[in-house]
Amino acid sequence: MNPWNLARRIIAAGRVAETAPNRPVAEHAGAVFGGSVQVRHVDAGSCNGCEIEVGAAFNPVYDAERYGARLVASPRHADVVLVTGVVTHNMAEPLRRTVEATPRPRLVLAVGDCAHDCGVFRGAFGVRGSVADVVDVDLVVPGCPPEPAAIVEALRRVTGR
Amino acid sequence: MNVFQWAVIALVLSFFVATAAAVGAPTPRLRNILAGVAAMALGVSGTATGVAALTGDTTILLLATPLPGMTLSWHATALGGFFAAVSGVVVVICALYGIGYAHGPAASRTGWSAFAAFGLGMQLVPLAGDVVTFLIAWEVMAIGSSVLVLSDHAHRPGVRKAGLWYAVMTHLSFLLLAAGLGIAAASAGSTSFYAIATTPPTGEVAALAFVLALVGFATKAGAVPVHIWLPRAHPEAPSHVSALMSAVMVKMGIYGAMLLTTRLFPNGPSWWALLVLGLGIPSALYGILQASVASDLKRLLAYSTTENVGLILIALAIAMLTRPTRPGISAVALIAVFLLVVSHAAFKTTLFLAAGSILHGTGERDLDRMGGLAVRMPVTAIALAVGSLGAAALPATSGFVAEWSLLQSLIHADSRTDRLTTAILPFVMGVVALTAGLALLTFTKAFGIATLARPRTANAAAAHEGSRSMRLAMLLAAAGVVAVGVIPGVLVRAISPVLPEVARPTAYSAGLVLPGAQASLDPTALALLALAVTLPLVTTGWLLARRVPRQQVAMGWGCGGVRTSPRMQYTATSYAEPLVRIFDDALAPTRDVRVTHAEESRFTVRAMAYSQRVVDVVEARGYAPVVRALTRLGDRGRSLQNGSIHRYLASSFGALLLVLLGVLG
Amino acid sequence: MSDSLVAGLAIALQVLAVTAAAPIVVGVTRQIRARLEGRVGAGVLQPWRDLRKLARKEPLTAEGVILGRALPVALMSVSGLLVALLPLVTTLTLPAVPDDLFVVVSVLLLGSVFIALIGLDAGSAFGGMGSSRHMMVSALVEPTVLVAVYALSIPVGASTLSTILSARMSTPASIVSPVSALALVALLIAVIAETGRLPVDNPSTHLELTMIHEAMVLEASGRDLGWIELASWIRLTGLFGLVANLALPWGIAEQATVGTLGIGVAAIIGKVVVLAGIVAAVEVFLAKVRLFRVPELMAGSFVLGFLAVTASYLTGAS
Repeated sequence: MNPWNLARRIIAAGRVAETAPNRPVAEHAGAVFGGSVQVRHVDAGSCNGCEIEVGAAFNPVYDAERYGARLVASPRHADVVLVTGVVTHNMAEPLRRTVEATPRPRLVLAVGDCAHDCGVFRGAFGVRGSVADVVDVDLVVPGCPPEPAAIVEALRRVTGR
Repeated sequence: MNVFQWAVIALVLSFFVATAAAVGAPTPRLRNILAGVAAMALGVSGTATGVAALTGDTTILLLATPLPGMTLSWHATALGGFFAAVSGVVVVICALYGIGYAHGPAASRTGWSAFAAFGLGMQLVPLAGDVVTFLIAWEVMAIGSSVLVLSDHAHRPGVRKAGLWYAVMTHLSFLLLAAGLGIAAASAGSTSFYAIATTPPTGEVAALAFVLALVGFATKAGAVPVHIWLPRAHPEAPSHVSALMSAVMVKMGIYGAMLLTTRLFPNGPSWWALLVLGLGIPSALYGILQASVASDLKRLLAYSTTENVGLILIALAIAMLTRPTRPGISAVALIAVFLLVVSHAAFKTTLFLAAGSILHGTGERDLDRMGGLAVRMPVTAIALAVGSLGAAALPATSGFVAEWSLLQSLIHADSRTDRLTTAILPFVMGVVALTAGLALLTFTKAFGIATLARPRTANAAAAHEGSRSMRLAMLLAAAGVVAVGVIPGVLVRAISPVLPEVARPTAYSAGLVLPGAQASLDPTALALLALAVTLPLVTTGWLLARRVPRQQVAMGWGCGGVRTSPRMQYTATSYAEPLVRIFDDALAPTRDVRVTHAEESRFTVRAMAYSQRVVDVVEARGYAPVVRALTRLGDRGRSLQNGSIHRYLASSFGALLLVLLGVLG
Repeated sequence: MSDSLVAGLAIALQVLAVTAAAPIVVGVTRQIRARLEGRVGAGVLQPWRDLRKLARKEPLTAEGVILGRALPVALMSVSGLLVALLPLVTTLTLPAVPDDLFVVVSVLLLGSVFIALIGLDAGSAFGGMGSSRHMMVSALVEPTVLVAVYALSIPVGASTLSTILSARMSTPASIVSPVSALALVALLIAVIAETGRLPVDNPSTHLELTMIHEAMVLEASGRDLGWIELASWIRLTGLFGLVANLALPWGIAEQATVGTLGIGVAAIIGKVVVLAGIVAAVEVFLAKVRLFRVPELMAGSFVLGFLAVTASYLTGAS
């Protein structure tokens, strides 16, 4: 796109982010994170509905980055492992390894009904179980799919901002 | 009798002792020890001759021979003494290494005798005082090294071809030298170098002699386009011999080039310097390019030698170009030449000895099949690290100091009056910088792939360190690299008799001072500054470690996959793949992808094999057609010998006719 | 107080100031990017919060990682040495350690080599890939950096950076000359490539096949990652500071008094923040170029540097 057009659009759009809702209680922040939380996302077998909502949580409207959360490329860099989807047989071991590869202190955040209790896929042939059946889960965001605002609120409980 | 004469006698005696030990020792183990120690003594006496010559001795030794009119003469000069000293030190280290390393053919009677002859030849070449002695010593060096290159011919298929190419190219250089130096001797009326230097030829005779001799020396030095024997011969020789060849023998070519340009024909026209530059630039660029894409460790090191020879020739060309107008800068360039020679000798020895240790401990020469060697072979890994840092011209090593002085001479070589030099300087600087950048990649690849991460094959996983003599030799060579890098001033002081008056250091300094360029470098101070920066960091790290200790885990992060293996790590070929793509015009790689389909369906694949070959383009496009044409000519010529008596009588009659015409005409 | 001691203290201040400011500079780039995208952003102090948290996380080292413990600290130390050598807050140098062009470039490249080794030591395909691409870019950047600074050194006659800066301060006409413009553009392109900014490398990408720098640090965790990130930010700040000082040298301290040093610190931080802001704003309009277009970009910047050298010969000779 022509830089002038892009510049005009940037100026026209201005600030897109909505005002931040009230700060939730920071139960998991602890003394460690101090307002900086890196998130590694793992799709354990989801339909991508929750991924779209997680992506929306980091878009300019909800802007989860302003609370100190950031998506990273490796679990070694991460504090929170954000798991979406029911855990399929093929993804059980990789999910376990991803959480093992995350340095402590670490948290596992299960997003969506499938991650929480298998949702509509309970008992299906390709499903090992919910995320809690494979790794220890610290935070849950229920919903099918959960609203981006709920995801952001969960992250704010970790960052404390 | 002075030191020089005693040292020469000791040199020749050590050679005879070494040969006697090689032939007479009852077991290979005893042969290694006795011949090795005698070879070390040969190196020590060689160093002594060099040091004696450097400290002002100018003895001339004459040896009359039964042949009429042929007297061998050895003349101690500062230039020759420098190269003899460097050569002697490297011979000592390589002989020490050979005591523990030599096995099979390299430890045989022929092997050690050839090693002794090789060492003797290399020590006598810089001391030769006249053309005939020079050529004889040159040939002894060539024969000794040819025999050593062919050591493993019974075990490996490529060795015979390598030996053949090497023998042909080295005798080509002999012929060119004989022609060039012979023309110069004929014009001066005497074969002694002193006579040639005092009454040099002029005009076209000088040009012809210079060009012939320069190409001859360039062939020995391994400059592009006459380098093709280097990447074939150096890998096939036993590792301690490869080290000697790369670190010292090619320097004899450099010694010859310096003999031509500083002693025999010092006042040549500027196109001579451009010729040297024209040899240096492609050597530097092509050498490092081929090294960066090589996955055979010894081939990589051989091409790196070509690159360094290119840099030395560039420095020599700058010295020649600036000599008439700015002797100060010319002196700086000469210091750069000497530092590059010492630096390359030091780190190339270290690298080849480390490669030999890897070959001994794993049986592998291919980087793609190594990995994780730092755990099981720590001394070799340290030597490889120090050598790689030196080759990449990074701080605290000899390579850094040498490259710095080369760049200083380039930066200050421009002038308003000398348009020619000024025009080519930015280009030369770009070439040197690109070479340095590619050298970084090459040696990061060599060190990283070989020693870090996990072993890629079972051989690498079962690696073991070499014997004590091997380890000691590697560490000595590595210490040399660091010593020259940290206190270069001591070295420059030691070699000051070789330098022109203006460049000699006046005051004692550990760092390098270049008065001609008003620049100085103190690596010790730089190291202290680095230490001052590091100490607070290490303290902070230690304090943090007490609060949050480190955790050891079993697996690295590989995306959590369940079928990962060490074979999935990057290999040397993959590391260099971007470069192969960028420079594919210069490298002309051939790629082959072989796909095996499953029996059930043509659309599913069972296995794929990818292979990539990079051959020497100069050899494939330059020499191969010539060799083919010569072979065709030879085949045609064979038709003269088809057994028909009539043809033989006719050719004899024709030859007789030609001789009579020649005698009459 | 002796000259060396004064210079030493000034340089120590320079290192501390740049170390403290580096995360803020990165915070500014992220904030500007966020605001241009319509977001609010995490604030300029977020990188400092990230570092504080990383210091409290446990570092994990896999079996078979050999140099991985020492290399992050070594990388920090080399970055610190680079910043000690560059003329950022002050043009004073320790008498035995002049900030000669090749010494600075070598220290820069030593840092590149260390991070490439960190990538290889990870033992994964991504680490090797990042390492290979990074060394390729470094190899192609070096000719441009040397030729560009050489072009700037010709009118001055010396190749030490502080001498070049002092000369540019005293003759402002040399800053707007064609030589200077060409050399600075070439140097800026080279710095952008070396520090891994768009369009050469995307610092915030998650796609491993598009990574150059990020791929090498995928295995690092805890304070190891903290050291590596801080070292990269310090290199970024130092190199941007060099370009900013070459473009606008005023403010740099030529003598070491409290006043001039204070102005020097404020000046360099201000200049780097402005330059980083401009770079971040331009990055919003750019996409990462294909890896095999990067050599073309580097060749173009080398040609600019070469033209700068030619121009300096011509303007000097006439």
